[in-house]
Amino acid sequence: MSAYLSIENVGMTFKGANGPFIALRDIELQIDSGEFVALIGHSGCGKSTLLNIVAGLIRATTGGVLLQGKEVSDPGPDRAVVFQNHSLLPWLTVYDNVRLAVDKVHGKAKSSAQRDEWTRHNLALVGMDHALEKRPQEISGGMKQRVGIARALAMEPKVLLLDEPFGALDALTRATLQDTVMELHAKLKNTVIMITHDVDEAVLLSDRVVMMTNGPAATIGEILDVKLPRPRNRLALASDPEYTRCRQQILEFLYARHRAPAVQAA
Amino acid sequence: MAVKTDVLSKAELGGESILAAWMPRIAGGLRMFAARVLPPVLFLLLLLAIWEVACSQPGASLPPPSTVITDTWELIIDPFFDKGNLDKGLFWHLAASLKRVAVGFALAAAAGIALGVLIGQSTLAFRGLDPIFQVLRTVPPLAWLPLSLAAFRHADPSAIFVITITAIWPIILNTAVGIRNIPQDYRNVARVLRLNGFEYFFKVMLPATVPFMFTGLKIGIGLSWLAIVAAEMLIGGVGIGFFIWDAWNSSLISEIILALIYVGLVGFMLDRLISFIGNRVGGYAQQ
Repeated sequence: MSAYLSIENVGMTFKGANGPFIALRDIELQIDSGEFVALIGHSGCGKSTLLNIVAGLIRATTGGVLLQGKEVSDPGPDRAVVFQNHSLLPWLTVYDNVRLAVDKVHGKAKSSAQRDEWTRHNLALVGMDHALEKRPQEISGGMKQRVGIARALAMEPKVLLLDEPFGALDALTRATLQDTVMELHAKLKNTVIMITHDVDEAVLLSDRVVMMTNGPAATIGEILDVKLPRPRNRLALASDPEYTRCRQQILEFLYARHRAPAVQAA
Repeated sequence: MAVKTDVLSKAELGGESILAAWMPRIAGGLRMFAARVLPPVLFLLLLLAIWEVACSQPGASLPPPSTVITDTWELIIDPFFDKGNLDKGLFWHLAASLKRVAVGFALAAAAGIALGVLIGQSTLAFRGLDPIFQVLRTVPPLAWLPLSLAAFRHADPSAIFVITITAIWPIILNTAVGIRNIPQDYRNVARVLRLNGFEYFFKVMLPATVPFMFTGLKIGIGLSWLAIVAAEMLIGGVGIGFFIWDAWNSSLISEIILALIYVGLVGFMLDRLISFIGNRVGGYAQQ
């Protein structure tokens, strides 16, 4: 019996100028439908590489990824990605950026009116229905990321991949976006894989936190189950013993046992 | 409370306060005029004054501006006369040159963008063609003229060919750079959406490349205008280049100076025209 999303024995070796470079090895991870999984690790541990392999943007050198029993071989809208730097197309309006995805993914199944409706619906979900005709350069970083999320959700992906989506945002904007993501996850029950650097973000949002060892040849070091009931509230959690325990365990892993290599930490 | 009174006073604006409301705008306009229009006008007058003084000395080989104006007054006030053959107003000469530039530049734009897309997209085409282009683009425009006369055997297509071959290189190279600079993120978005080649071309590649393309087009139109004047001096016929050459042969120095001013102004306008279109089409890049 295989899981909803199964990452099996994935390894990645890049051909470098100084011989092969092993980025990832022996990655084994099973994710259930509707689960929210965070990948955490120091810079250069291959988190993004792993996410790109699940997205199909790059191919693993060994092993593979199965989504509902089918092997992932190329990128597709069933594994929508929210990129770190939003990657909205600057010549399209907010509406058109989402509409492009809607037209491409639902062009056959939905009428033009339904696609318009679906575009607006998804932008409303992330609270961006007030800026339909704005261009990406006219809205803030947080808003761009919201539109990126709307675009990804509009594809109705089987797995939503978030590549450090809030990394470039200030702390306050980040918090409101985390709340939005939590609400959306509660409402839509998406399966989500999120890359993050942020311990609090990982604990707050996820059902499981996957901690990665440092590269080269990074792999999964430890997996933590976050047994906090949903819906979660960041204020109430601050003093919750389980929250503190989870945080502590991740911090321990990242800073005591798998401290960043000196060069990168500098 | 302060906010409220402010709103009220604005609502109560009567007829006489309209002037007051316009005052800042008028003041802004004047300041803009003083900052942008005044300096070039002042410097122009200064240059003209120096020229006037320098060329009014006995034995000066070039006429001062006052003489240029009196000598060419008829050409200035009536650019549209047509007495047959080559004896036409400056408008007709400029129009003939512009027509050649329009045709040659259009060909250069079409072929240049197509070739630019090719070498931007295909590494093989880039490796194969880029060295050839890099050599060919250094050939001076007029060096192509005898060859094209030999090939086409007529003056007009030869001139147009010279325009095309002059303008095409910056268009090719800038388009290719633009395509090579499409951010990996946009490519990834296209891959996740599974855009086909056709959709990728029109929805991602073309809009992403437009600002680079227009940089090339702008350099290209400038070079075309440089080349046409030179080419026309050699091929003859109606055209501003030949007008200048003809004036030189008749020792009408004032007419040469007048024609140069027109050439400069038209070149400037061509440059601005391409910039204007570029901002319209790819204006997102400037914001």
